[in-house]
Amino acid sequence: MPRHLDGNALAGVLSEVFTADVTAARARCGNCGNTAPVAEAMVYPDAPGLVARCVRCNHVLAVVVEAGDRLVLSLAGLDTLELRAPRA
Amino acid sequence: MSFTTRGFSGRRRQPETRLPPGQTLVEKWPVLSAGPTPVVDTADWELTIQDETGTDHRWNWDELIALGVEDITVDIHCVTHWSKLGMAWRGVSLDKLFEHVGSRHQYVMAHSHGGYTTNLPLEDLLGGKAWIAIEAEGRPLHPEHGGPARLLVPHLYFWKSAKWIRGLTMMPGNDPGFWERYGYHIHGDPWQEQRYR
Ligand SMILES: [Zn+2]
Repeated sequence: MPRHLDGNALAGVLSEVFTADVTAARARCGNCGNTAPVAEAMVYPDAPGLVARCVRCNHVLAVVVEAGDRLVLSLAGLDTLELRAPRA
Repeated sequence: MSFTTRGFSGRRRQPETRLPPGQTLVEKWPVLSAGPTPVVDTADWELTIQDETGTDHRWNWDELIALGVEDITVDIHCVTHWSKLGMAWRGVSLDKLFEHVGSRHQYVMAHSHGGYTTNLPLEDLLGGKAWIAIEAEGRPLHPEHGGPARLLVPHLYFWKSAKWIRGLTMMPGNDPGFWERYGYHIHGDPWQEQRYR
């Protein structure tokens, strides 16, 4: 079977997009509604981009492609992404 | 009359000139997957070509094989910078399938088990340039490499050669497939280095 990593594999590339640590955010799957920390998603790294899938239903939650001088991020498979404000 | 002369066939391209720009030669065949490997039994396998009237042209495994399986030796080029030269494949030419399909549409979306899609102009699938591949390197196509059957379009980057192929849908325009939506080139010619749009 192809290997997959957990959602922490997204931390590096997403730190270029978000100021908060997205892997700690809670994501709601747009297909089955499963809500879990991004760090728990299944991330397939051996492809032309990173593909994060729902642990429950396998739906594509997020895709990240480093396309030459551009970064393309799709969150279309996510219903919501909940980021917690850092404690004061 | 023959257009093929001994001199022509003797001047076969050397490996370095067979490598498109930015590519590196590999001996092993890397597995690239954007998800889990679907399990598809040839007993249940079916390929569908849907035209603009909504008509499905269908072939089961035995019907596909009956169209005629060809030996194919081609170089493949992956957008992740590896190339594998002189690979031996066996498969059924898409010319054989499209003989049975009347469509005015000039673009095709390939659909795979597992939800993957990729778009291609019809002209890139005809004229002996594309196959439904069922064997590679002398063996039935392994599920990790898209078995039991994958698209094989070796003159384009390998993401266009959709693994676990289940259907082709005719389209009036060149709508982007999975990777094409996320920044990869709409066409993907390795000799023009069409990696990103
Ligand atoms: Zn889900």
